Amino acid sequence: MASTAIRHPAAWRRSGSRVLALCLVELQKLRHDRKELYTRAIQPALWLLIFGETFSRLHAIPTSVPYLDYLAPGILAQSVLFISIFYGIQIIWERDAGVLAKLMATPTPRFALVAGKAFAAGVRALLQGVVVLVLAAVLGVALTDNPLRLLAVAAVVILSAAFFSTLSIVLAGIVLSRERLMGIGQAITMPLFFASNALYPIALMPAWVRALSRVNPLSYEVDALRGLLLDRPAAVGTDLGVLVLAAGIGITVAASLLPRLTR
Amino acid sequence: MTAPAAVDIRDLRVRFGETTAVDEVDLEVGAGEVFGLLGPNGAGKTTTIRVLTTLLPATEGSARVFGVDVARHPMDVRRLLGFVPQQLSADAALTGRENVALFARLFDVPRRSRPAVVAEMLETMGLGDSADRLVSTYSGGMIRRLELAQALVNRPRLLVLDEPTIGLDPIARSSVWERIGKLREETGMTVLLTTHYMDEADALCDRIALMHRARLRALGTPDGLKADLGPDATLEDVFRHHTGDTLEAGGDMRHVRQTRRTATRLG
Repeated sequence: MASTAIRHPAAWRRSGSRVLALCLVELQKLRHDRKELYTRAIQPALWLLIFGETFSRLHAIPTSVPYLDYLAPGILAQSVLFISIFYGIQIIWERDAGVLAKLMATPTPRFALVAGKAFAAGVRALLQGVVVLVLAAVLGVALTDNPLRLLAVAAVVILSAAFFSTLSIVLAGIVLSRERLMGIGQAITMPLFFASNALYPIALMPAWVRALSRVNPLSYEVDALRGLLLDRPAAVGTDLGVLVLAAGIGITVAASLLPRLTR
Repeated sequence: MTAPAAVDIRDLRVRFGETTAVDEVDLEVGAGEVFGLLGPNGAGKTTTIRVLTTLLPATEGSARVFGVDVARHPMDVRRLLGFVPQQLSADAALTGRENVALFARLFDVPRRSRPAVVAEMLETMGLGDSADRLVSTYSGGMIRRLELAQALVNRPRLLVLDEPTIGLDPIARSSVWERIGKLREETGMTVLLTTHYMDEADALCDRIALMHRARLRALGTPDGLKADLGPDATLEDVFRHHTGDTLEAGGDMRHVRQTRRTATRLG
Protein backbone atom coordinates (compact mmCIF):
# COMPACT_ATOMS: atom_id res chain seq x y z
CA MET A 1 0.00 0.00 0.00
CA ALA A 2 1.29 3.45 0.95
CA SER A 3 4.32 2.03 2.68
CA THR A 4 6.76 2.93 -0.05
CA ALA A 5 5.77 6.60 0.13
CA ILE A 6 7.77 7.03 3.35
CA ARG A 7 11.21 8.45 2.61
CA HIS A 8 14.18 7.68 4.79
CA PRO A 9 17.98 7.43 4.57
CA ALA A 10 19.71 4.46 2.96
CA ALA A 11 20.14 1.46 5.25
CA TRP A 12 23.91 1.71 5.61
CA ARG A 13 23.83 5.43 6.39
CA ARG A 14 21.08 4.89 8.87
CA SER A 15 23.02 2.11 10.59
CA GLY A 16 26.12 4.28 10.79
CA SER A 17 24.23 7.17 12.32
CA ARG A 18 22.59 4.83 14.88
CA VAL A 19 25.98 3.46 15.97
CA LEU A 20 27.31 7.01 16.37
CA ALA A 21 24.22 8.07 18.33
CA LEU A 22 24.64 5.20 20.80
CA CYS A 23 28.38 5.88 21.19
CA LEU A 24 27.62 9.55 21.85
CA VAL A 25 25.23 8.53 24.65
CA GLU A 26 28.05 6.53 26.24
CA LEU A 27 30.33 9.56 26.13
CA GLN A 28 27.63 11.73 27.67
CA LYS A 29 27.18 9.22 30.49
CA LEU A 30 30.91 9.14 31.15
CA ARG A 31 30.98 12.92 31.22
CA HIS A 32 28.27 12.97 33.88
CA ASP A 33 29.96 10.32 35.99
CA ARG A 34 33.76 10.30 35.74
CA LYS A 35 34.16 8.56 39.08
CA GLU A 36 33.57 5.21 37.46
CA LEU A 37 36.63 5.63 35.24
CA TYR A 38 38.83 6.21 38.28
CA THR A 39 37.37 3.49 40.51
CA ARG A 40 37.76 1.02 37.68
CA ALA A 41 41.41 2.02 37.37
CA ILE A 42 42.16 0.74 40.87
CA GLN A 43 42.28 -2.93 39.94
CA PRO A 44 44.66 -2.60 36.98
CA ALA A 45 46.81 -0.28 39.10
CA LEU A 46 47.05 -2.95 41.79
CA TRP A 47 47.91 -5.61 39.21
CA LEU A 48 50.73 -3.47 37.86
CA LEU A 49 51.95 -2.47 41.31
CA ILE A 50 51.67 -5.69 43.32
CA PHE A 51 51.83 -8.47 40.74
CA GLY A 52 54.02 -6.55 38.30
CA GLU A 53 56.59 -5.29 40.78
CA THR A 54 56.81 -8.66 42.54
CA PHE A 55 57.27 -10.70 39.40
CA SER A 56 59.77 -8.17 38.07
CA ARG A 57 61.96 -8.99 41.06
CA LEU A 58 61.33 -12.75 41.00
CA HIS A 59 62.44 -13.08 37.37
CA ALA A 60 60.16 -16.13 37.36
CA ILE A 61 58.81 -15.45 33.90
CA PRO A 62 61.41 -15.22 31.14
CA THR A 63 60.53 -12.33 28.83
CA SER A 64 62.56 -10.46 26.25
CA VAL A 65 61.71 -7.07 27.82
CA PRO A 66 61.49 -6.02 31.52
CA TYR A 67 58.55 -7.88 33.06
CA LEU A 68 56.56 -4.73 33.92
CA ASP A 69 56.80 -3.66 30.26
CA TYR A 70 55.69 -7.13 29.22
CA LEU A 71 52.79 -7.07 31.67
CA ALA A 72 51.37 -3.59 30.93
CA PRO A 73 49.67 -4.47 27.58
CA GLY A 74 48.26 -7.60 29.25
CA ILE A 75 46.73 -5.51 32.04
CA LEU A 76 45.31 -3.08 29.49
CA ALA A 77 43.67 -6.05 27.76
CA GLN A 78 42.41 -7.33 31.12
CA SER A 79 40.85 -3.97 31.87
CA VAL A 80 39.08 -3.99 28.48
CA LEU A 81 37.88 -7.55 29.19
CA PHE A 82 36.47 -6.68 32.63
CA ILE A 83 34.57 -3.66 31.32
CA SER A 84 33.09 -5.56 28.39
CA ILE A 85 32.32 -8.98 29.81
CA PHE A 86 29.70 -7.56 32.18
CA TYR A 87 28.17 -5.27 29.57
CA GLY A 88 25.27 -7.69 29.17
CA ILE A 89 24.16 -6.75 32.68
CA GLN A 90 23.38 -3.29 31.37
CA ILE A 91 21.38 -4.88 28.54
CA ILE A 92 19.35 -6.94 31.01
CA TRP A 93 18.78 -3.81 33.08
CA GLU A 94 17.63 -1.99 29.95
CA ARG A 95 15.33 -4.86 29.12
CA ASP A 96 13.74 -4.79 32.60
CA ALA A 97 13.39 -1.00 32.45
CA GLY A 98 11.67 -1.06 29.03
CA VAL A 99 14.53 0.87 27.44
CA LEU A 100 15.37 -1.96 25.05
CA ALA A 101 11.77 -2.29 23.87
CA LYS A 102 11.65 1.44 23.23
CA LEU A 103 14.92 1.36 21.28
CA MET A 104 13.70 -1.58 19.23
CA ALA A 105 10.51 0.26 18.37
CA THR A 106 12.59 2.96 16.64
CA PRO A 107 13.61 2.53 12.98
CA THR A 108 16.94 1.02 14.03
CA PRO A 109 18.01 -2.30 12.51
CA ARG A 110 18.81 -4.85 15.24
CA PHE A 111 22.31 -5.25 13.87
CA ALA A 112 22.92 -1.49 14.20
CA LEU A 113 21.49 -1.48 17.72
CA VAL A 114 23.88 -4.22 18.85
CA ALA A 115 26.80 -2.67 16.96
CA GLY A 116 26.00 0.63 18.66
CA LYS A 117 26.07 -1.04 22.07
CA ALA A 118 29.28 -2.89 21.18
CA PHE A 119 31.13 0.22 20.05
CA ALA A 120 29.75 2.15 23.03
CA ALA A 121 31.52 -0.45 25.17
CA GLY A 122 34.55 0.27 22.98
CA VAL A 123 34.33 3.99 23.76
CA ARG A 124 34.21 3.25 27.49
CA ALA A 125 37.09 0.77 27.23
CA LEU A 126 39.15 3.27 25.27
CA LEU A 127 38.85 5.98 27.92
CA GLN A 128 39.58 3.38 30.59
CA GLY A 129 42.58 2.26 28.56
CA VAL A 130 44.00 5.78 28.54
CA VAL A 131 43.93 5.79 32.34
CA VAL A 132 45.70 2.40 32.47
CA LEU A 133 48.37 3.50 30.00
CA VAL A 134 49.05 6.71 31.92
CA LEU A 135 49.48 4.58 35.06
CA ALA A 136 51.88 2.27 33.23
CA ALA A 137 53.89 5.22 31.91
CA VAL A 138 54.11 6.64 35.43
CA LEU A 139 55.47 3.28 36.63
CA GLY A 140 58.22 3.57 34.04
CA VAL A 141 56.96 1.34 31.22
CA ALA A 142 58.57 2.47 27.96
CA LEU A 143 55.50 2.98 25.75
CA THR A 144 55.54 4.04 22.12
CA ASP A 145 54.77 7.66 21.27
CA ASN A 146 54.18 6.97 17.60
CA PRO A 147 50.71 8.42 16.82
CA LEU A 148 49.97 5.81 14.12
CA ARG A 149 50.76 2.99 16.52
CA LEU A 150 48.60 4.61 19.22
CA LEU A 151 45.79 4.89 16.70
CA ALA A 152 46.14 1.17 15.99
CA VAL A 153 46.11 0.52 19.76
CA ALA A 154 42.79 2.39 19.94
CA ALA A 155 41.40 0.22 17.13
CA VAL A 156 42.51 -2.97 18.90
CA VAL A 157 40.92 -1.84 22.19
CA ILE A 158 37.62 -0.89 20.51
CA LEU A 159 37.39 -4.12 18.49
CA SER A 160 38.20 -6.23 21.54
CA ALA A 161 35.62 -4.44 23.67
CA ALA A 162 33.11 -4.91 20.85
CA PHE A 163 33.77 -8.65 20.81
CA PHE A 164 33.69 -9.24 24.57
CA SER A 165 30.63 -7.02 25.09
CA THR A 166 28.69 -8.87 22.40
CA LEU A 167 29.80 -12.16 23.97
CA SER A 168 28.27 -10.77 27.15
CA ILE A 169 25.06 -9.76 25.33
CA VAL A 170 24.85 -13.27 23.84
CA LEU A 171 25.18 -14.76 27.34
CA ALA A 172 22.57 -12.25 28.57
CA GLY A 173 20.24 -13.41 25.80
CA ILE A 174 20.69 -16.99 26.94
CA VAL A 175 20.47 -16.69 30.74
CA LEU A 176 18.14 -13.63 30.89
CA SER A 177 19.04 -12.76 34.48
CA ARG A 178 21.61 -10.43 36.00
CA GLU A 179 22.60 -12.84 38.77
CA ARG A 180 23.29 -15.74 36.44
CA LEU A 181 25.16 -13.48 34.03
CA MET A 182 27.36 -12.27 36.91
CA GLY A 183 28.17 -15.89 37.75
CA ILE A 184 28.90 -16.91 34.17
CA GLY A 185 30.90 -13.74 33.54
CA GLN A 186 33.11 -14.45 36.51
CA ALA A 187 33.46 -18.12 35.54
CA ILE A 188 34.65 -17.37 31.99
CA THR A 189 36.82 -14.38 32.85
CA MET A 190 39.33 -16.54 34.67
CA PRO A 191 40.10 -19.02 31.83
CA LEU A 192 39.95 -16.24 29.23
CA PHE A 193 42.58 -14.31 31.13
CA PHE A 194 44.89 -17.10 32.28
CA ALA A 195 44.70 -19.13 29.06
CA SER A 196 46.13 -16.16 27.20
CA ASN A 197 49.49 -14.46 26.81
CA ALA A 198 48.48 -11.59 29.12
CA LEU A 199 50.73 -12.63 32.02
CA TYR A 200 53.24 -15.02 30.45
CA PRO A 201 54.39 -16.18 27.00
CA ILE A 202 52.33 -18.88 25.34
CA ALA A 203 55.50 -20.99 24.92
CA LEU A 204 55.57 -21.61 28.70
CA MET A 205 52.10 -23.18 28.79
CA PRO A 206 51.27 -26.89 28.77
CA ALA A 207 50.17 -28.01 25.31
CA TRP A 208 46.43 -28.09 26.03
CA VAL A 209 46.38 -24.58 27.52
CA ARG A 210 48.43 -23.42 24.54
CA ALA A 211 45.70 -24.82 22.28
CA LEU A 212 43.08 -22.89 24.28
CA SER A 213 45.02 -19.66 24.04
CA ARG A 214 45.21 -20.06 20.24
CA VAL A 215 41.42 -19.83 19.98
CA ASN A 216 41.19 -17.13 22.65
CA PRO A 217 40.66 -13.69 21.06
CA LEU A 218 42.28 -12.13 24.14
CA SER A 219 45.65 -13.59 23.06
CA TYR A 220 45.41 -11.83 19.70
CA GLU A 221 44.44 -8.61 21.45
CA VAL A 222 47.43 -8.84 23.82
CA ASP A 223 49.81 -9.76 21.00
CA ALA A 224 48.76 -6.71 19.00
CA LEU A 225 48.87 -4.37 22.01
CA ARG A 226 52.30 -5.63 23.04
CA GLY A 227 53.69 -5.33 19.55
CA LEU A 228 52.29 -1.83 19.04
CA LEU A 229 52.92 -0.35 22.49
CA LEU A 230 56.42 -1.79 23.05
CA ASP A 231 57.49 -1.62 19.43
CA ARG A 232 58.16 -5.37 19.36
CA PRO A 233 57.65 -7.85 16.55
CA ALA A 234 54.05 -9.09 16.47
CA ALA A 235 51.57 -10.40 13.93
CA VAL A 236 49.50 -7.20 14.15
CA GLY A 237 47.81 -7.79 10.78
CA THR A 238 46.64 -11.28 11.73
CA ASP A 239 45.63 -10.06 15.20
CA LEU A 240 43.48 -7.27 13.76
CA GLY A 241 41.96 -9.71 11.27
CA VAL A 242 41.00 -12.11 14.06
CA LEU A 243 39.51 -9.29 16.16
CA VAL A 244 37.47 -7.89 13.25
CA LEU A 245 36.14 -11.36 12.54
CA ALA A 246 35.38 -12.04 16.22
CA ALA A 247 33.58 -8.70 16.66
CA GLY A 248 31.60 -9.32 13.46
CA ILE A 249 30.49 -12.76 14.61
CA GLY A 250 29.71 -11.42 18.09
CA ILE A 251 27.50 -8.63 16.74
CA THR A 252 25.70 -10.97 14.35
CA VAL A 253 24.92 -13.61 16.97
CA ALA A 254 23.93 -11.03 19.60
CA ALA A 255 21.61 -9.29 17.09
CA SER A 256 19.87 -12.59 16.40
CA LEU A 257 19.29 -13.08 20.14
CA LEU A 258 17.94 -9.57 20.72
CA PRO A 259 14.26 -10.41 20.11
CA ARG A 260 14.57 -13.10 22.79
CA LEU A 261 15.56 -10.37 25.24
CA THR A 262 12.47 -8.26 24.51
CA ARG A 263 10.01 -11.13 24.49
CA MET B 1 -10.94 4.54 -1.48
CA THR B 2 -11.29 5.56 2.16
CA ALA B 3 -8.27 6.42 4.27
CA PRO B 4 -6.88 3.43 6.14
CA ALA B 5 -7.66 3.07 9.84
CA ALA B 6 -4.93 4.08 12.30
CA VAL B 7 -4.95 0.57 13.68
CA ASP B 8 -6.42 -2.45 11.97
CA ILE B 9 -6.01 -5.73 13.82
CA ARG B 10 -7.58 -8.79 12.26
CA ASP B 11 -8.04 -12.15 13.92
CA LEU B 12 -4.91 -11.72 16.00
CA ARG B 13 -3.62 -14.62 18.01
CA VAL B 14 -0.39 -14.80 20.02
CA ARG B 15 0.75 -17.96 21.72
CA PHE B 16 3.66 -18.48 24.09
CA GLY B 17 4.09 -22.25 24.16
CA GLU B 18 0.91 -23.58 25.75
CA THR B 19 -0.46 -20.19 26.80
CA THR B 20 -2.56 -18.11 24.47
CA ALA B 21 -1.96 -14.48 25.41
CA VAL B 22 -4.14 -12.96 22.70
CA ASP B 23 -6.98 -14.87 21.08
CA GLU B 24 -9.09 -13.91 18.03
CA VAL B 25 -8.78 -10.18 18.57
CA ASP B 26 -10.30 -7.89 15.95
CA LEU B 27 -9.82 -4.19 16.51
CA GLU B 28 -10.10 -1.04 14.44
CA VAL B 29 -9.05 2.39 15.68
CA GLY B 30 -10.00 5.34 13.51
CA ALA B 31 -7.58 8.13 12.70
CA GLY B 32 -7.72 10.84 15.36
CA GLU B 33 -9.35 8.66 18.00
CA VAL B 34 -8.17 8.29 21.58
CA PHE B 35 -8.72 4.62 22.13
CA GLY B 36 -8.39 2.76 25.42
CA LEU B 37 -7.58 -0.90 25.76
CA LEU B 38 -8.79 -1.91 29.21
CA GLY B 39 -8.37 -4.95 31.32
CA PRO B 40 -6.65 -6.41 34.36
CA ASN B 41 -2.98 -7.38 34.41
CA GLY B 42 -2.38 -10.37 32.21
CA ALA B 43 -5.43 -9.74 30.00
CA GLY B 44 -3.33 -9.51 26.84
CA LYS B 45 -3.21 -5.71 26.47
CA THR B 46 0.55 -5.41 26.54
CA THR B 47 0.98 -8.37 24.20
CA THR B 48 -1.36 -6.72 21.69
CA ILE B 49 0.66 -3.49 21.99
CA ARG B 50 3.88 -5.42 21.43
CA VAL B 51 2.60 -6.88 18.19
CA LEU B 52 1.51 -3.43 17.06
CA THR B 53 4.88 -1.88 17.91
CA THR B 54 6.70 -4.61 15.90
CA LEU B 55 8.33 -6.08 19.01
CA LEU B 56 6.56 -9.42 18.84
CA PRO B 57 5.48 -11.49 15.83
CA ALA B 58 1.85 -12.56 15.70
CA THR B 59 1.23 -16.29 15.79
CA GLU B 60 -1.79 -15.80 13.53
CA GLY B 61 -3.68 -12.90 12.04
CA SER B 62 -2.46 -9.49 11.00
CA ALA B 63 -1.97 -5.96 12.29
CA ARG B 64 -1.72 -2.79 10.26
CA VAL B 65 -0.87 0.77 11.22
CA PHE B 66 -2.31 3.29 8.74
CA GLY B 67 -2.49 0.47 6.23
CA VAL B 68 1.12 -0.67 6.71
CA ASP B 69 1.55 -4.29 7.76
CA VAL B 70 3.64 -4.60 10.94
CA ALA B 71 5.10 -7.98 10.00
CA ARG B 72 6.04 -7.06 6.43
CA HIS B 73 7.23 -3.46 6.86
CA PRO B 74 8.29 -3.09 10.49
CA MET B 75 10.71 -0.21 9.76
CA ASP B 76 7.98 1.81 8.06
CA VAL B 77 5.55 1.13 10.89
CA ARG B 78 8.11 2.28 13.47
CA ARG B 79 8.35 5.65 11.74
CA LEU B 80 4.62 6.15 12.23
CA LEU B 81 4.76 5.30 15.94
CA GLY B 82 5.59 6.95 19.21
CA PHE B 83 5.79 4.40 21.98
CA VAL B 84 5.91 4.76 25.75
CA PRO B 85 6.32 1.42 27.52
CA GLN B 86 4.85 0.58 30.90
CA GLN B 87 8.06 0.99 32.88
CA LEU B 88 9.75 4.32 33.42
CA SER B 89 12.20 3.92 30.61
CA ALA B 90 14.12 7.19 30.39
CA ASP B 91 17.85 6.90 31.01
CA ALA B 92 18.56 8.25 34.48
CA ALA B 93 22.28 8.68 33.73
CA LEU B 94 21.54 11.28 31.03
CA THR B 95 19.88 14.69 31.13
CA GLY B 96 16.35 15.18 29.87
CA ARG B 97 17.64 16.91 26.76
CA GLU B 98 20.11 14.11 25.99
CA ASN B 99 17.31 11.55 26.34
CA VAL B 100 15.14 13.35 23.80
CA ALA B 101 18.08 14.10 21.49
CA LEU B 102 18.93 10.38 21.35
CA PHE B 103 15.46 9.60 20.04
CA ALA B 104 15.63 12.52 17.61
CA ARG B 105 18.78 10.87 16.18
CA LEU B 106 17.21 7.40 16.13
CA PHE B 107 14.28 8.82 14.16
CA ASP B 108 16.49 10.69 11.66
CA VAL B 109 15.33 14.18 12.64
CA PRO B 110 17.64 16.28 10.41
CA ARG B 111 20.68 17.64 12.23
CA ARG B 112 19.89 21.29 11.52
CA SER B 113 16.41 21.23 13.03
CA ARG B 114 17.27 18.76 15.80
CA PRO B 115 18.11 21.17 18.66
CA ALA B 116 14.97 23.21 17.99
CA VAL B 117 12.72 20.13 17.77
CA VAL B 118 14.20 18.67 20.97
CA ALA B 119 13.76 21.98 22.84
CA GLU B 120 10.20 22.32 21.58
CA MET B 121 9.22 18.84 22.76
CA LEU B 122 10.73 19.45 26.20
CA GLU B 123 8.92 22.78 26.40
CA THR B 124 5.60 21.24 25.34
CA MET B 125 5.92 18.69 28.14
CA GLY B 126 6.71 21.37 30.71
CA LEU B 127 10.33 20.31 31.11
CA GLY B 128 12.03 23.39 29.64
CA ASP B 129 13.56 24.44 32.94
CA SER B 130 14.77 21.00 33.96
CA ALA B 131 16.00 19.87 30.53
CA ASP B 132 19.68 19.97 31.47
CA ARG B 133 19.34 18.20 34.78
CA LEU B 134 20.10 14.49 35.13
CA VAL B 135 16.94 12.40 34.92
CA SER B 136 17.95 10.72 38.20
CA THR B 137 16.77 13.96 39.87
CA TYR B 138 13.33 13.89 38.15
CA SER B 139 10.07 12.89 39.82
CA GLY B 140 7.97 10.04 38.40
CA GLY B 141 5.56 12.41 36.71
CA MET B 142 8.43 14.32 35.12
CA ILE B 143 9.97 11.10 33.80
CA ARG B 144 6.61 10.19 32.23
CA ARG B 145 6.39 13.57 30.55
CA LEU B 146 9.97 13.18 29.36
CA GLU B 147 9.05 9.85 27.82
CA LEU B 148 6.16 11.52 26.03
CA ALA B 149 8.64 14.09 24.69
CA GLN B 150 10.86 11.23 23.48
CA ALA B 151 7.92 9.49 21.82
CA LEU B 152 6.72 12.67 20.10
CA VAL B 153 10.03 13.79 18.65
CA ASN B 154 9.36 12.16 15.26
CA ARG B 155 5.83 13.61 15.18
CA PRO B 156 4.18 10.19 15.11
CA ARG B 157 0.75 9.63 13.64
CA LEU B 158 -0.02 7.00 16.27
CA LEU B 159 1.01 7.39 19.90
CA VAL B 160 1.02 4.10 21.82
CA LEU B 161 0.99 4.37 25.60
CA ASP B 162 1.19 1.25 27.75
CA GLU B 163 -0.20 2.07 31.21
CA PRO B 164 0.85 5.73 30.99
CA THR B 165 -0.02 6.62 34.60
CA ILE B 166 0.77 3.40 36.46
CA GLY B 167 2.37 4.09 39.83
CA LEU B 168 1.98 7.87 39.51
CA ASP B 169 0.47 9.96 42.31
CA PRO B 170 -2.89 11.65 41.56
CA ILE B 171 -1.35 15.03 40.74
CA ALA B 172 1.20 13.55 38.35
CA ARG B 173 -1.55 11.45 36.79
CA SER B 174 -3.78 14.40 36.06
CA SER B 175 -0.84 16.32 34.64
CA VAL B 176 -0.10 13.45 32.24
CA TRP B 177 -3.78 13.30 31.27
CA GLU B 178 -3.80 17.01 30.64
CA ARG B 179 -0.79 16.77 28.30
CA ILE B 180 -2.32 13.88 26.37
CA GLY B 181 -5.58 15.81 26.03
CA LYS B 182 -3.80 18.92 24.81
CA LEU B 183 -1.73 16.97 22.32
CA ARG B 184 -4.70 15.40 20.63
CA GLU B 185 -6.42 18.78 20.54
CA GLU B 186 -3.44 20.42 18.87
CA THR B 187 -2.23 17.67 16.56
CA GLY B 188 -5.22 15.40 15.98
CA MET B 189 -2.87 12.51 16.58
CA THR B 190 -4.31 9.05 17.17
CA VAL B 191 -3.68 7.71 20.67
CA LEU B 192 -3.90 4.09 21.72
CA LEU B 193 -3.46 3.54 25.43
CA THR B 194 -3.82 0.63 27.78
CA THR B 195 -4.90 1.10 31.35
CA HIS B 196 -6.57 -0.65 34.19
CA TYR B 197 -7.77 2.59 35.71
CA MET B 198 -11.43 2.93 34.75
CA ASP B 199 -11.60 6.62 35.66
CA GLU B 200 -8.69 7.25 33.29
CA ALA B 201 -10.45 5.53 30.42
CA ASP B 202 -13.64 7.40 31.19
CA ALA B 203 -11.93 10.78 31.18
CA LEU B 204 -9.61 10.34 28.21
CA CYS B 205 -10.98 7.90 25.68
CA ASP B 206 -13.40 8.32 22.80
CA ARG B 207 -13.88 4.57 22.63
CA ILE B 208 -12.73 1.66 24.75
CA ALA B 209 -12.33 -2.06 24.37
CA LEU B 210 -12.48 -4.38 27.34
CA MET B 211 -10.01 -7.21 27.26
CA HIS B 212 -10.07 -10.19 29.56
CA ARG B 213 -8.27 -13.52 29.43
CA ALA B 214 -6.81 -12.89 25.96
CA ARG B 215 -10.11 -11.91 24.32
CA LEU B 216 -12.05 -8.72 23.58
CA ARG B 217 -15.22 -8.73 25.64
CA ALA B 218 -16.81 -5.38 24.86
CA LEU B 219 -16.29 -2.40 22.59
CA GLY B 220 -17.86 1.04 22.51
CA THR B 221 -17.86 4.57 23.87
CA PRO B 222 -17.59 4.85 27.65
CA ASP B 223 -21.06 6.40 27.82
CA GLY B 224 -22.54 3.85 25.47
CA LEU B 225 -21.17 0.93 27.43
CA LYS B 226 -22.43 2.39 30.68
CA ALA B 227 -25.88 3.20 29.26
CA ASP B 228 -26.25 -0.38 28.04
CA LEU B 229 -26.07 -1.52 31.64
CA GLY B 230 -28.26 1.01 33.42
CA PRO B 231 -28.63 4.68 34.30
CA ASP B 232 -26.13 4.74 37.18
CA ALA B 233 -23.65 2.20 35.93
CA THR B 234 -19.92 2.95 36.17
CA LEU B 235 -17.25 1.57 33.90
CA GLU B 236 -16.28 -0.79 36.69
CA ASP B 237 -19.80 -2.18 36.66
CA VAL B 238 -19.47 -2.61 32.89
CA PHE B 239 -16.23 -4.43 33.39
CA ARG B 240 -17.67 -6.73 36.03
CA HIS B 241 -20.68 -7.41 33.86
CA HIS B 242 -18.58 -8.48 30.87
CA THR B 243 -15.97 -10.49 32.70
CA GLY B 244 -17.77 -11.73 35.81
CA ASP B 245 -14.62 -10.73 37.55
CA THR B 246 -13.19 -7.88 39.54
CA LEU B 247 -10.38 -5.71 38.34
CA GLU B 248 -8.02 -6.86 41.02
CA ALA B 249 -8.05 -10.46 39.85
CA GLY B 250 -5.42 -11.76 37.49
CA GLY B 251 -1.84 -10.68 36.95
CA ASP B 252 1.02 -13.02 37.57
CA MET B 253 4.07 -12.60 39.74
CA ARG B 254 6.05 -10.92 36.99
CA HIS B 255 3.44 -8.23 36.42
CA VAL B 256 3.07 -7.49 40.08
CA ARG B 257 6.82 -7.33 40.49
CA GLN B 258 7.18 -5.02 37.52
CA THR B 259 4.48 -2.69 38.80
CA ARG B 260 6.07 -2.65 42.23
CA ARG B 261 9.44 -1.90 40.71
CA THR B 262 8.01 1.04 38.79
CA ALA B 263 6.30 2.25 41.96
CA THR B 264 9.54 1.88 43.94
CA ARG B 265 11.48 3.86 41.39
CA LEU B 266 8.94 6.59 41.71
CA GLY B 267 9.53 6.71 45.45
